[in-house]
Amino acid sequence: MLDAAIIGAVLASIVAAATTLLLASLGELVAERAGTLNLGVEGMMIVGAAVGYVTAYGSGSLLLGTLAAVLAGMALSLVFAVLAIWLATNQVASGLATTILGLGLAGLIGASFVGTQLEGAPPLHIAGLTDLPILGKALFGQDAFVYVSLLLLAAVAYTLTRTRIGLVLRAVGENHAAAHALGHPVRGIRTLAVMFGGACAGLAGAHLSLAYTPFWAADMTAGRGWIALALVVFSAWRPLWLLAGAYLFGAVSILQLHVQGFGLGIPSQLLSALPYLATIIALVVISALKHGRGAPASLGVPFVPDR
Amino acid sequence: MPLRLERQENISPLRHAMAPVVAALVTLVVGAVMFVVLGHDPVRAFTIYFIEPLGDAYTLQELVVKASPLLLIGIGLSFCYRANRWNIGAEGQYVAGAVLGSWLALATHGMEAGPWVLPAMLVLGALGGALWGLIPAFLRVRFGASEILTSLMLVYVAQLGLDYLVRGPWRDPQGFNFPQSVTFDDVALMPLLMEDGRLHGGILIALLAVIAATFVLGRTLVGFSIELAGSAPRAAAFAGFDEKRVTYGVFAVSGALAGLAGIIEVAGPIGQLQPTISPGYGFTAIIAAMLGRLHPVGILVASLVLALTYIGGEAAQISMRMPFDVTRVFQGTLLIAILAADILVRYRIRRVEGTTHA
Repeated sequence: MLDAAIIGAVLASIVAAATTLLLASLGELVAERAGTLNLGVEGMMIVGAAVGYVTAYGSGSLLLGTLAAVLAGMALSLVFAVLAIWLATNQVASGLATTILGLGLAGLIGASFVGTQLEGAPPLHIAGLTDLPILGKALFGQDAFVYVSLLLLAAVAYTLTRTRIGLVLRAVGENHAAAHALGHPVRGIRTLAVMFGGACAGLAGAHLSLAYTPFWAADMTAGRGWIALALVVFSAWRPLWLLAGAYLFGAVSILQLHVQGFGLGIPSQLLSALPYLATIIALVVISALKHGRGAPASLGVPFVPDR
Repeated sequence: MPLRLERQENISPLRHAMAPVVAALVTLVVGAVMFVVLGHDPVRAFTIYFIEPLGDAYTLQELVVKASPLLLIGIGLSFCYRANRWNIGAEGQYVAGAVLGSWLALATHGMEAGPWVLPAMLVLGALGGALWGLIPAFLRVRFGASEILTSLMLVYVAQLGLDYLVRGPWRDPQGFNFPQSVTFDDVALMPLLMEDGRLHGGILIALLAVIAATFVLGRTLVGFSIELAGSAPRAAAFAGFDEKRVTYGVFAVSGALAGLAGIIEVAGPIGQLQPTISPGYGFTAIIAAMLGRLHPVGILVASLVLALTYIGGEAAQISMRMPFDVTRVFQGTLLIAILAADILVRYRIRRVEGTTHA
């Protein structure tokens, strides 16, 4: 019953599902490595999805839609940055406010587009490679978002560990007082990191509404922004582990759909709850193993220069 | 032009109380801009949104009915937030309480049970919410897992569990396949305070919670240990307050109050279980707690203000065909404004001459 074509299709859809999570969590990882916990991911993602969809629908250009989504995610992240970084408000509350505002704004923006549809981003097709059995579609038959997410991952991993910018960013996240004493603009760097996070969340939203499920539905992010936040913890703030985590969660969310399709008598709600339960289990396991190590030391602590 | 925040000492109470007022004004300005962008006459929109609901007896009652779950949940959350524990899953605890409480209503359905049913349901509701809330507390204490994320994830799990029950084992067999339970018997329903009104007994419970919380937080050692655990955890440890007990305690209290709000809502205004039993009370209550400065009386006022955004949102939806998301934008803006105003009241922005440090 499971032939190569079905396995190939399932693998391809796992990659697609993982890409949304990878994009969003990658941005949040950078923001957190610089010391800022932004719980607004869900809000920035859905605003990206809404703005991206509306722009692409109006202009007929997926590229314009994607750009607009990235800008929208960044704009909302600035609201958070002003609060949490420049006014040094509580980061948890500020992030929540960003998410609540984002969900509302996205609902307003998308209100008159409910029920419409777009032609989604086209998948790559390389004669020969894409037609390979099993892995062909998963590796060589994806849309541009998938390849961009992997390039972005490589770029972030390289920048964080191999460049001066990455070193400074990590210093700001580990010990903001020392970084400040060395003359680094702590709040400026954090703002840029948060904006990068906003851009990535917006891009993740665009992937959702322009490629993965190319239509607009209210609350279509369905907690993916929160799962992305958990993935950052799961990865212990390391990009390569983020990749593993995102694909693992992509697999959980796709496989539960397929099990629902088989109709094994398991309540569909239990299967739908699996990604959320898996998130909790992953958080518990990783927290028990690491016991707080791995987190940037200044994470979540507002920086207020005294001189 | 470098700017910096300068802490103000000796802020007058008046200035402190100004922050929520300033936040509300800022929100109104943002709201006016939003109405114009949406192509509505802002004056008319504001009238429908915020003035008209206050003008008739029915909507005034509705306002109180909508404020009471926010009040109950918000008071519970203030226990957590004072202790610097971030329970953001009150929506899930609300659902868990509603489910466990409703179990008794359904189990005794049609059995001519006595008047003990409703009080027992309320106890079960509080218990269900507390148990659901203790899960993230346990995971944090035992494994160090972030309570922010686990409590939020449990919201989805609770909602899916409720969905399963009302579509599966608890569905009304005579309900034409609608996903809902039977209507509760009279002994399982919240009594109304006045005949032909909307006000129900749950409102009194919420007001009792205000009094109890004001006393506990302001006048007892428990309240002090919560406060200290939040503002000076090391001092709290030296003073011998057990950090774990505080975590369990505040999550149990906030879970119980959220669960109580859930069962009151189901046994009151709704009267049966449905797939959706909350317009996001658990999340809006976070704003109520913040806007009310984590003080029970403040949360009471904040709950009424936030309830007005629900009622106004419904009115604008009907008479101006405005999407209900306007309400969410209002609520998000209000939270952002209160966070900013709080800081701007306590600090002063100063321009710094010379730039030895940026």
